[in-house]
Amino acid sequence: MEPKSQFFLDRSSQALNNRELQDTFRKVGGGFAKKRGEARAALPEFDQLRDEARDIKDHVLENLDLYLEEFEKNVLNSGGHVHWAKTDQDACAIIAELCEKVDARTITKGKSMITEEIGLNDYLENAGFEVVETDLGDYLIQIRGEGPSHIIAPAIHLNRKQIEQDFRTRHQSFPADRVLDEPAQLVAEARQVLRNKFLESDVGITGANFLVAETGSTVIVTNEGNGDLTQCLPRVHIVVASIEKIVPTLEDTSTILRVLARSATGQEFSSYTTFSTGPKKAGDPDGPENFHVVLLDNGRTEMLGTEFQEMLRCIRCGACMNHCPVYQAVGGHSYGWVYPGPMGAVLAPSLLGIDRAGHLPNASTFCGRCEDVCPMRIPLPKMMRHWREREFQSGQTSAIQKAGLKIWAYFAKRPRLYHFASRQASRLFATVAGRKSYIRSIPFDSGWTAHRDLPTPQGRTFQELWEADKERQEKS
Amino acid sequence: MKSDLARNEILDSVRKSLRVSNKDQQRKRVVLDHLRYHKRNLIPQRSIVDGVNLVELLTHYLKGQQANIIRIKNKEELPAAISEFLKLNNLPSRIRCGNDPHWDAIPWDQKPSLERIIGPANADDRVSLSLAFGAAAETGTLFLLSGPENPTSNNFLPETHIVMLQSSDISGPYEDVWTRLRKTPQYPAMPRTVNLISGPSRTADIEQTIALGAHGPRQLCVIIVEE
Repeated sequence: MEPKSQFFLDRSSQALNNRELQDTFRKVGGGFAKKRGEARAALPEFDQLRDEARDIKDHVLENLDLYLEEFEKNVLNSGGHVHWAKTDQDACAIIAELCEKVDARTITKGKSMITEEIGLNDYLENAGFEVVETDLGDYLIQIRGEGPSHIIAPAIHLNRKQIEQDFRTRHQSFPADRVLDEPAQLVAEARQVLRNKFLESDVGITGANFLVAETGSTVIVTNEGNGDLTQCLPRVHIVVASIEKIVPTLEDTSTILRVLARSATGQEFSSYTTFSTGPKKAGDPDGPENFHVVLLDNGRTEMLGTEFQEMLRCIRCGACMNHCPVYQAVGGHSYGWVYPGPMGAVLAPSLLGIDRAGHLPNASTFCGRCEDVCPMRIPLPKMMRHWREREFQSGQTSAIQKAGLKIWAYFAKRPRLYHFASRQASRLFATVAGRKSYIRSIPFDSGWTAHRDLPTPQGRTFQELWEADKERQEKS
Repeated sequence: MKSDLARNEILDSVRKSLRVSNKDQQRKRVVLDHLRYHKRNLIPQRSIVDGVNLVELLTHYLKGQQANIIRIKNKEELPAAISEFLKLNNLPSRIRCGNDPHWDAIPWDQKPSLERIIGPANADDRVSLSLAFGAAAETGTLFLLSGPENPTSNNFLPETHIVMLQSSDISGPYEDVWTRLRKTPQYPAMPRTVNLISGPSRTADIEQTIALGAHGPRQLCVIIVEE
């Protein structure tokens, strides 16, 4: 997928003005956050588990070279193959070659953000293979020719009417007068269509939530079971994973699994968590004859040892975007690439460069909810700030922003003037608003108020309240 | 060849970024010890129960995840329990299963109408039966191992999946099941696939509305044998 992150400003304002999209967001928004809150409340040790999960990943990252070697050794011991890819293009070329070697025609895929990152579908299709996404959400966007708008719910931007239209156009072999009103009916039709693809498939490609160094196992976590049909029916199973997915032992994996599903969908545990080790064993009646793991770097080794190393703890649960006011308003497609929301705002500049993705770390109110809910305790706001600093240092900040900062700095450096001005502004807004607690439009600034309301200052400034409180405490 | 080159480049790049050397024996010792000792991290309190409470805990979470639970007193009741479940759900009296030796001890002839087909499932099979290796009660999670005894396809192709689980094989936390797996004769070789199953197949990809049976089984029926 060609990154379009440099067009964030245009894309986000299009999204804000797209009524159908905003209706969909309103309908589904907040669901994940609510469920996560309930799952957290049901497990008293949740926050302690987050600390442990963070420590496990930190330990892995500090010893990543050694764990990668151990993982590789154990994949080979179990009869599998390991391929190393420095770049997205290298990974695509390796996978295409593996598919060619077995004369594959149809390739089924389980959900994998890494294959989105490397643009695998386009590459394989250009090489003449039929590539079928089997996760329902991924299938929905594949038939529309779109990218994912969320890392665990890739089609969250679509409503059922749009999906019905797509199915009627695409699935011509079904009776034209069939009823497709309910999600269950749409799911049943997709099941039928994709079932045949699973059975025809020559190669199954999945991602990996974890790579277990101790056993050489790759792990996928799903609810649909598509990843399992993808890997157990074809002759070849290819796993594509980035190098930071390593976890030392089955015990460590269990700890991180305890925070993954709860943070993602708010489930106690996903329906299917699958550990795959090597090809099928002697005597096994099913399973793939060949097992390949493609390990991808694509810029990650350069994040190690920098202020962005902690980003490599990310387990792709999506909690940060589920709780992000900016993501919830503009949606994933605004971010222009495969990783949206706060994690994307940190990761995309690392992988694409600040010149292409510099807008993303600016798309934050710094409310801090992303860090609050991150199961791996990644300091996302801090890292976005690092990117803002780098953007400023590289001279990419716009003239308007610079001028605005200069004006603010002028006042900020003169406390008396600052107090006076903020007092006046606060009074002015309070007068304009009257009894209302929100201002719906401001003359000459409709761009700001078109999509949000300005909370009315309540009369006194922060400094005034602070002073008053100090006096009160001194008296008592 | 190119991949070998990339391998060394990536590993070198990791070491360079971390400012470490691959001659550092102390680092290697720490990593090898970590892999050898399988140290447990925090185990949630809720999973530390035993006996009949394990069955209750497991059942609680499995039901919450839309699984059906049938509890029977002994293995001899299995054919009748399966037959009744199939009848209740208007399913054909035909099940697919592997050649697990545990099935040999089941008095199948008590239900002659119940047909068993041995081997991995194909597209036409509607119901399958597997034996669980174990289960973690903490989230209602079954552990199934691949092999001729319980082929992996049987867990995913049919619309209805019946799993037999012996109550003595239920553990509290996941870690206890891994410890049991490490005691099997095959270990350190892992089965090709270990499936952790906590409910039927589901999706919420259309407007966040949960629908069962996305690709795998629409129905998961767990028969717990309380011997």
